[in-house]
Formats: sequence, C-alpha cells, structure tokens
Amino acid sequence: MAIKGRVWKYGDDVNTDVIFPGKYTYTVSDPAEMGEHALEDLDPEFRFKVRPGDVIVAGKNFGCGSSREQAVTCLVSKQVGAIIAKSFARIYYRNCINNALPAITCPEAVDALEDGDEVEVDLEAGEIRSGGRTFTFPPLPEAVMGIFEAGGLIPYTRRRLGIEE
Amino acid sequence: MGHTFAEKILARKAGLEEVVPGQIVEVTPDAALSHDNTAPISKIFRSIGVERVARPDIHVVVLDHATPAPTTKHAQNHKVIREFVAEQGITHFYDVGRGVCHQVLAEEGFALPGTLIVGSDSHTPTAGAFGAFAAGIGRSEMAVIMATGRIWLRVPESLKIVVHGQLREGVTSKDLALHVIGDLGADGALYQSVEWSGEAIEALDVEARMTIPNLMAEMGAKNAYIPPDEKTVAWLRGRARRPYEALYPDHDAEYQRVVEYDAGDIEPVVAKPHTVDNVVPLREVAGTPINQAFLGTCTNGRLSDLAQAAQVLEGRQLHPGVRLVVIPASSQVYLDALEAGYIRTFVEAGAVVESPGCGPCMGNHMGVPAEGEVTISTANRNFRGRMGTKESEIYLASPLVVAASAVAGYIVHPQDL
Repeated sequence: MAIKGRVWKYGDDVNTDVIFPGKYTYTVSDPAEMGEHALEDLDPEFRFKVRPGDVIVAGKNFGCGSSREQAVTCLVSKQVGAIIAKSFARIYYRNCINNALPAITCPEAVDALEDGDEVEVDLEAGEIRSGGRTFTFPPLPEAVMGIFEAGGLIPYTRRRLGIEE
Repeated sequence: MGHTFAEKILARKAGLEEVVPGQIVEVTPDAALSHDNTAPISKIFRSIGVERVARPDIHVVVLDHATPAPTTKHAQNHKVIREFVAEQGITHFYDVGRGVCHQVLAEEGFALPGTLIVGSDSHTPTAGAFGAFAAGIGRSEMAVIMATGRIWLRVPESLKIVVHGQLREGVTSKDLALHVIGDLGADGALYQSVEWSGEAIEALDVEARMTIPNLMAEMGAKNAYIPPDEKTVAWLRGRARRPYEALYPDHDAEYQRVVEYDAGDIEPVVAKPHTVDNVVPLREVAGTPINQAFLGTCTNGRLSDLAQAAQVLEGRQLHPGVRLVVIPASSQVYLDALEAGYIRTFVEAGAVVESPGCGPCMGNHMGVPAEGEVTISTANRNFRGRMGTKESEIYLASPLVVAASAVAGYIVHPQDL
C-alpha cells in the first residue's frame, strides 16, 4: 500500500484537545462531522485544505492528553495517509493501530521534512521517500501487525471470533 | 534478576512465570472502567456482532463527564447507557451525581492492591495510588473487552522515582507531581510504568497520594504505582470489593531510569498555559490577575482538598468579580464536606458549589471561561481550548493556591495572603 501526499508539519506535544476539542466529544458522533473539527485549535486551515493521502509530520509525544479516539477518527475521516512523529503518546498510538492509521516513529524524517513537501510512505518496505531522500523505519511488532492488516481492531476481533462481515 | 511492579503484575495476570519489557501479553482485567463514552463504546460493541457482554461483572460504568446532562444530546447519550447496562446485566453502574469515575472506582472498592484495571479514560492511572496496575485505553479496545473479556498489553519499561525527606508546610502532593512533570517533561515517562517510593510518599495520606498517579498521565506514563501500606489497608477496610494480594517491586528490579528528589527542595508551583510541563515556582507568576478559580476534579476534588481550601476561605470573601466554582469529586465527598461545614464556608465566601462530576474541566458546562479570561484550576490539564475556548488561559495549582487566588483576585499562596 503506497501512501502519497503532502506534508502538514507541526511541533512537539500536539495534544488531543487541539486535535479534537473535548467540548465536542458528546455532541459530535458522526465520523464525517468529526473530520470537520480535525486540528481545529491547532491549525484552522487544515480541515479545509487537507487532501486524501496527506501526511502529518510532528515532533515528540504526538497525541498526548485525553484517550479520546475521535482524535484519531477525525483524521481517518479526512483520509490522512499517515502520521510521522518523533514519538507518540501511548493511548494515541494504540488508537492509531486500532483504527489502521499508520503511526510511524522516525525522528530523522521529521527533522528533514518541511511543510508542503511531497512525501511517499511505503509500509511494506518500511520507507519514507521525499525529494530523492529515503528514511527507514522499523515495522510494527508482529503481535499488533495482525490488527493493522485486518483494517483495525474491530474487523480483527470479528475475524478472531469467526463472525462474518 | 528481580522485577518491577509492572512486570510482576502482568506476569501474574497473564499466568506466566515472568515477563520482560516489550513482551506482549493478553489479560482479563479485574475491572474495566468507562464513563459517558459507554454510549459510543456500546455502539462499537454492537458493530462487532456479539450479542452479550462477555464479562458484565468486570465492567464499571460511571456517568461523570457531562452530568447532569447540559443538553438534549448529552441526555440522549446517558439514556443509551442506562438501557445498555440494564440489557447487558452490568450492575456496577453509577448514575449522574455519584462522582468522577476515578474517585468512584476507589470509593466503591474496585481500586485494589495487586489488581489490573483498564479504563477508557486517560486518567485511569489514578488507581495506582492503591498499588493497582491501572492504564488508559481507547474506546474500540473497551468494546473488544466487552466482546471478549480480553485485552493485549505491552509490558512497559519502568521509571523509579524516589522522594526523600518531607514536604514543607504549604507544599502539597500536587506541587510534588507538577514539579516532577516540569522536570522530566510531558514525555518524561512515555509508555513507562512510574513506580514511586520514599519517605515523602509514605508520609502522604491516601487522598493526597491519589493526586500523583492521576497526574502521571501528563508525563506520558502507562501506569503509576505507589506501594500499598497500612494506610492503604485502613482506607480500604469496609470498601474493598474482594480480598486482594498486594504486589511490590523486587529490591533488585531493573529500572530503565531512577530519579531521586529531596522533598524539602520542592516549593509551591504552578503549570502555566498551555502545557502541563510548563511548570514554574509560584513566586514567578504571583500577582497574575485571574477571573475564575476552579476547585475539583479527579486530581484535587477530595475531602482533604476541600478542607485545605475551606481553611483558606473561612471568614473571607471572594475578590469582587472573581468566581470560584467548587465541585466535590463524589457524592461521598459532598456529604462529608457538608458534615464538616466546608460547603457552608464556600457558599458564605461567595463560591458556587456544583454537583459531583467533571464539571468544566474539559469545557462541557458548569463554569467555562469567556474569551480572554484567566482560570486557576486544581485540574490536571491546561491545554489550549481545554475549558471550551482557545482564547483563554488556564493555570494549574494546588487547592491551597486556588482558594487563596480566589480571595486575592490574583495568583498567590495562602502564606502571602
């Protein structure tokens, strides 16, 4: 699966309140509508200009704060291709895997990539390519790769329980 | 080689002789906590295609995030939850007004030494104050626990924090936790089990201890642990749901990092906008004007917190134009505070006392700030927009400082009031 898009670059410690504000957690339940609030308090332009396949590139501890899964769902809804960060907050990282949104830890790529760069992410090869440069990242741990490949935790659980789609 | 608390509890729960950091284990939690998000979780659960919740006995559902319902949408959400728990035989259900889920989990005797707890809320580590392994998870994961009774966990690396000596007068466990977060940073314990010890921790009462693991979520921790002692056992007497067996880290456990502090060096601090690790000594921001003060939440809404604030407010009035919102962390705290006369003190000082729950902490209702306003709060998060508008500022501090600031109209410690 090749992921291709433009880079949206942000800093360290991007928290879930600025990715998806807490005040919407019980009033917005439709994924498409969640997408309309994506990064609302971080980058008011993002939700209007992001295109399918675009990649968020950020510093350390991306997704810190609340466990709210909408902070992942809202980006999936906008068809964000991947998030590349120096590190991820752990619940956010789990939520990404469970929603099959590639969360890639690659500090070198973060330092090199600039806002607006064209970037390609190859999950099988473990490579990030941009402007002739290539950065490599380790594959997901085997135990969680199955969840990712199934398309997320819910389809994975269905498969495990032998429930037809 | 010895093992950390996290390694020992995960081995116990997975039925293994021993485990090592990085290993993935599958476990059945002793308790699985969810709140108002049980409605969307129930929707995900149904989408899996399983009819009955696998282990209704382990689920604990507490309505707290927007209670009582501020809008029809919130009320619908609560209604879905009441119908779901009734249908699925989930009997550990606590309706609006009982309190904040982490406080209720403790008061109802689910947060026990040597148990494993997960919760679809990032402040689930709070239960680590009782020697439990308690970690936050996402909604989909809670739905899968409903379907299967199981969850995968990665055995974390561990960080040991030792606090020697004694905290000074007027310095609280909130100051200690914020000081450490400021020192180690918002990712200072990313993915780690934070295991506390030392005389200063032993000297704290159980309520003050709860503030520390609660705040470790703001350092990226998976869980945090305080060794249970006779104070823990005494607190749990009459509350514990079942017999429990405490677990302690081995003396020769291997920690990724050990950090030591001298409690006597720690002074009152605040976390400035807009990150929790933006911690400075209180004296650096003393005099900053405030519009609103908020006393409550899973961090500092317990009886001892209210007692400290009441002591400051006794016989005093709020500064003109400043609001003080007080929200007891639970109905039990509310009753105890009534009995002790604290509620009268708050109301006489000019404060607003609201019903137990999360209140304005994440911007839902009950005292959200206006644009351009400054709030000083006992909560655990000050992110931009957290309380509803990104055009406002939140300072985090201890109950002592919040109460004193409400009287002065600017940030101040009660010793300087």
